[in-house]
Amino acid sequence: MTGFFRNHPVRSAIIAVVLLFLVVSSFPIIPETKQAVVVRFGKPVTVYNQFKAGRPIGAAGAGINFRIPLVDQLVWIDKRVQDVDMQRQQVISTDQRRLEVDAFARYRIVDPLLMYIRAGSEEQLREQLRPILGSEVRNELGRIEFASLLTPERQGIMDSVRLSLNKIARQYGVEVLDVRIKRTDLPDGAPLSAAFDRMRSAREQEAQSILAQGAKQAQIIQAQADADAAQTYAASFGKDPDFYDFYRAMQSYRQTFIGDGRTAPAGTTLILSPNNDYLKEFTGRSR
Amino acid sequence: MKTISGWGGRVRGLFTDTKGPWGQSGGDGGDPPPEDGQGGPWGETPRRGRRTTLGGSNVSALEELLKRSRARFGGGGGGGLPGRPSRSLILWAVLGFVLLWLVFTSTHSIAPGQSGVVTQFGRYSRTLGSGVSFTLPSPIERVKKVDVQTIRSIDMGSASSDDLMLTGDQNLLDLAYQVRWNIRSPELYLFQMADPDETIREVAESAMRAVVSQVTLNDAMGDRRAEIEARVAESMQRILDSYHSGIQVQGIAIKQADPPDAVNDAFKRVTAAQQQAQQFVNNANSYALQLHQKAQGEATAFDKVYGQYKLAPEVTRRRMYYETMEQVLSKVDKTIVEAPGVTPYLPLPQVQKSQPSAERSQ
Repeated sequence: MTGFFRNHPVRSAIIAVVLLFLVVSSFPIIPETKQAVVVRFGKPVTVYNQFKAGRPIGAAGAGINFRIPLVDQLVWIDKRVQDVDMQRQQVISTDQRRLEVDAFARYRIVDPLLMYIRAGSEEQLREQLRPILGSEVRNELGRIEFASLLTPERQGIMDSVRLSLNKIARQYGVEVLDVRIKRTDLPDGAPLSAAFDRMRSAREQEAQSILAQGAKQAQIIQAQADADAAQTYAASFGKDPDFYDFYRAMQSYRQTFIGDGRTAPAGTTLILSPNNDYLKEFTGRSR
Repeated sequence: MKTISGWGGRVRGLFTDTKGPWGQSGGDGGDPPPEDGQGGPWGETPRRGRRTTLGGSNVSALEELLKRSRARFGGGGGGGLPGRPSRSLILWAVLGFVLLWLVFTSTHSIAPGQSGVVTQFGRYSRTLGSGVSFTLPSPIERVKKVDVQTIRSIDMGSASSDDLMLTGDQNLLDLAYQVRWNIRSPELYLFQMADPDETIREVAESAMRAVVSQVTLNDAMGDRRAEIEARVAESMQRILDSYHSGIQVQGIAIKQADPPDAVNDAFKRVTAAQQQAQQFVNNANSYALQLHQKAQGEATAFDKVYGQYKLAPEVTRRRMYYETMEQVLSKVDKTIVEAPGVTPYLPLPQVQKSQPSAERSQ
């Protein structure tokens, strides 16, 4: 044995390399994030590290596995949750409103064997799922009114998209976990500017109504104040209307002829008759 | 022992045969038999031929060299020039390298706030906490450090003007918000999602739009922001949990919730109207206050006077009358027409003219 190595260093080295290669390729290392389809002479045979729901990470599957070298080939397929995005597209609701919608679906390849047979590769799978997602979303949204998109119903709609997408995806060995609408926008141009106009007019209306309400409130406050003042006056002056008349007349005279002290009153000329009550003593008559 | 070393030398020879630095390709520097007195690639020493006996004629030159140097290393020959690397030195170096490799790849110091996810031949084995831990060396076990404590943030929205959201009352809202999250379970984070960061973005956008589509514009801009933030965070967490993403949403912060630029003026007018309405109300209130005080004052004044008046009605009334008349008449022009039967002729223009003079005289 040793002699052979000594005599044929090159040959033995080549043999060693080949052996090493065989050993290494017989025991492929499968990472936790990948599933591997074993393809024997072009025919998929089995799957290593296949996803199973509920199995914890680190359970058997990933790690060192076995294959027949040179015969079995491994096709790597992602084990993780992946996403496919729907191209943004216009959807027309039952009430003829246009909407621009984009959505995404999250999926996981649960049957890599089936997926390898039906779709070939992950890219091709994605290419096939994308239009299906788009048409499912369009179908489902075309069946509802625009307004119900803006309600909690929205999630129900997405769930039914998910169910119908899942039915198709099952055929590819794919499980759809979730479909969600990302954006629902009004298309640029007429619908958007119409919405802006509506918002603007709604604001105008709000502004007007706020002003009117303010005016109303002010009026009520003033009237209430007037009423309160009248009450106060009545409670006080009502005790003796006759004296009030006199008292108020005196005040009024003073106010009229003298002014309130701030502005000079207009000049006044009084022509009095001696019969005037004020001048009754003027004539010197005796009582 | 001899066989092993021979084997080792053979393996070395294998490399030298093909591509080693000691390969034979070079014309004069190669390893042809040392008997030539020529020699190593490192230049030659005269002592080289000294112990070539052991191997026999068909032992390769390398093996010989190896033995020679081992002997020298063992303290026998005391020979080589300084700086000349020997076979065993290389062996030792390799050994040392392997040892270092083992030490470095099996000892892991994990900083606080980090976790180390250990995979054994690609398969998840365990998660290491912070501190110094030991694993099997590198090709067998690998450790990926994941920062689990640091809260990361993603800014969403508002950078572009067309990023408008539909609210429940079919209005449009320009919203900017921030998502804060960290990794709750590093192994799920590493192994479950193909693109966790992008997933968070998409889920955040979807959840935010779903929530905003259920509230009115005024709510979204006003006092229900906190509620919206909480609902979005909760809904995001639920979705991410359904993916087993290992991500913890720490919170959502709405940084800005404004009407779109196109209708901003109309919204400003609403604010102006609010101010103006408030102004109306304030004016009315100040009027009311004034009136109230005035009424109170006048009523109280009357009450006081009336209290005194009641004690002596006649006298008080006369006194007030005279006082008032006195004040009044002292300030005005007076004409007393005494004779009865005289028709007073009243030249009105003159009366008017007399006013300025009266004022002047004052």
